[in-house]
Amino acid sequence: QNDGCRTLSLSARVGFDSLPDQVVRKSIKHGFCFNVLCIGETGIGKSALMSSLFNTNFEDSPSTHFLSSVRLRAQTCELQESNVLLKLTVVKTVGFGDQMNKADSYQPIVDYIDAQFEAYLEEELKVIRSLFSCHDSRIHVCLYFISPTGRSLKTIDLLTMRSLDSKVNIIPIIGKADSISKTELQEFKKKIMSELISNGIQIYQFPTDDETVSEINTITNGHLPFAVVGSMEKVKIGNKMVRARQYPWGIVKVENESHCDTVKLRRMLCTNMEDLREKTRSYYESYRRCRLEKLGCRDIGPENKPVSLQEVIEAKRLEFFLEMERKEEEIKQRFVQRANEKAAMLEEAEQQASMPVLTKFEHLTLMHQEEELKLGEKKKLLEDEIAQFIEKKAVTELIQSQVSVSTPVVSLKTQGLQKVSADA
Amino acid sequence: PHAGPVESKNEATMSELVPEPRQKPVVPMKPMGINASLLGYIGIDTIIEQMRKKTMKTGFDFNIMVVGQSGLGKSTLVNTLFKSQVSRKSSGWNREEKIPKTVEIKAIGHVIEEGGVKMKLTVIDTPGFGDQINNENCWEPIEKYINEQYEKFLKEEVNIARKKRIPDTRVHCCLYFISPTGHSLRPLDLEFMKHLSKVVNIIPVIAKADTMTLEEKTEFKQRVRKELEVNGIEFYPQKEFDEDLEDKTENDKIRQESMPFAVVGSDKEYQVNGKRVLGRKTPWGIIEVENLSHCEFALLRDFVIRTHLQDLKEVTHNIHYETYRAKRLNDNGGLPPMTVETEENHESNL
Repeated sequence: QNDGCRTLSLSARVGFDSLPDQVVRKSIKHGFCFNVLCIGETGIGKSALMSSLFNTNFEDSPSTHFLSSVRLRAQTCELQESNVLLKLTVVKTVGFGDQMNKADSYQPIVDYIDAQFEAYLEEELKVIRSLFSCHDSRIHVCLYFISPTGRSLKTIDLLTMRSLDSKVNIIPIIGKADSISKTELQEFKKKIMSELISNGIQIYQFPTDDETVSEINTITNGHLPFAVVGSMEKVKIGNKMVRARQYPWGIVKVENESHCDTVKLRRMLCTNMEDLREKTRSYYESYRRCRLEKLGCRDIGPENKPVSLQEVIEAKRLEFFLEMERKEEEIKQRFVQRANEKAAMLEEAEQQASMPVLTKFEHLTLMHQEEELKLGEKKKLLEDEIAQFIEKKAVTELIQSQVSVSTPVVSLKTQGLQKVSADA
Repeated sequence: PHAGPVESKNEATMSELVPEPRQKPVVPMKPMGINASLLGYIGIDTIIEQMRKKTMKTGFDFNIMVVGQSGLGKSTLVNTLFKSQVSRKSSGWNREEKIPKTVEIKAIGHVIEEGGVKMKLTVIDTPGFGDQINNENCWEPIEKYINEQYEKFLKEEVNIARKKRIPDTRVHCCLYFISPTGHSLRPLDLEFMKHLSKVVNIIPVIAKADTMTLEEKTEFKQRVRKELEVNGIEFYPQKEFDEDLEDKTENDKIRQESMPFAVVGSDKEYQVNGKRVLGRKTPWGIIEVENLSHCEFALLRDFVIRTHLQDLKEVTHNIHYETYRAKRLNDNGGLPPMTVETEENHESNL
């Protein structure tokens, strides 16, 4: 570890042992953030437990059992104790375990956790980034609420925990533990732990390598899963207001360690907060590695020479660029083709549209002319007839006048002839 | 004429100026928006202890560079700062060796421990700086070295499978030694600081301050400060990185009154008033290195080590490194850099 450095001894006090204090001072100025994910069925007491753990009000409007899919709801609040500022985010599942078909219940949760990792990775890959001032939204611990059936784990519990154990620190807890008797509780805890082990599910182990906490942590590891009780209400006991649940047969005090493990859980969360954050960072590193490898990036190339991220991204970028060019060319060609087609269509339509108009006009003119001719002919015929008639009339009048002059003595007979010739 | 002989000072004042017990740093009370009232103790503040333990377990790296012409007492000062033989000169190098023809960069690493805190200290020496006939661009090898360390860190950071703790060889602090001419800064000084104040934290110090009287010292410091300001040189602590009012007031005081620190270094001990102190013996008296009325070494030491050590590292990481990274990625079209190994001008010595 010293890789070529000699170890020197100091002849007098230098003062760099104040470095941890300097680090602490900076961290306090910056504030801490801690993100908790609560997974549990509707009504199992997630909000009540969070309120009890952190002594604040995480009240949420109680959700219905009729949501069609699992969703996640996040709430943030700032807690301050002496001079430590903690930005606490509690993410709860909504509608978990309510659906008829629960096969996909765990997916939204996995997606949420991955989304937080993705957001952090994105920020880390940016050119201009603000990692030290940006809010870390990665989930540091997942509290999994087990139903207090007293029997064993449900299939959905195993399914969900298995899908999450490589992405987040899981601490299994038994919700509404005041409904189980003490003896049943011991059996239940043993059963759960053996089921978890036999199914190969990795839960969070409190660290035992540091001597100061190893003893406590080993004992605590034996208390898993924690049987918790939470309460939003306070009951007056003596002259103090205490968080408790009041039953006709007695009062369950949330902060009493012989009643439930809530205080143990709180203590363990707080004293191992930094370790939880540390382990979250290593989960993030695996996520990052998988993600980048999926993009085709590797640290070692085909000839076992180190390949930098750049070469891979450069190759991919070139590929993408060429693809884009090709597509652009394709689109251009198609556009030109269609434009030509459309132009041809328009021309044709234009021609067709203009032709009937002309022909119609000509047609009408022709018709008009024809009719004029016909009428002209008819007119001529009529005129001829009129002319003939006048001629005939003139001839008849001439004959009449001649006849009246040539026969003066005319009997009735002649009158009758006159009449007849007049009639003729 | 020097200040009066040291022997007349009494012991009480001496112990005041060299405090032994660890001082508790002032922890700021920052009232931020609280929208949750705590009704009982939860235990969130135990995280302070967890952080402290973690820092002590992991230990830390600190890399300090010293730049200045030869003979200004750089090695002695660094030895005095870290109370051990950390300089290159003490690691088996001949004191009479020739001044190199070009600026060389020599980095030496040591592991020291104090109060359970382990520090890997690397002292980077720059022999040959300012010693040539033609000193144009003599700052270039130094800038190159600093950028190479940023490059190394960037490459590690960009790896797919990366180490839990990336080894940090970046230069956290650069002590620039100003020759105590008594007049003003030299063109070399201005050139160096102008170019490098943008890539690394520069702390200017006036070397061999025992050649000046108190009045000469004050005047010289004022002139140097003025010249730095006129030339737009931002030395550490930079004004633009003051995080809040508290930092600003504290740093303003240092920037406008104390800096540049006029220092004297020594690794020899003498007996003064029954106490063994580090000092320089002259016919007219013993100059005590850690006596604030003699020189400002104690101020420099407290500043660099006892109060601003973490801040030096943070400014290097959050600002100088990020600037380098952004520029590098932009030049490369948003891509991380290629592997280019340059081992010239860089030697690591035992």
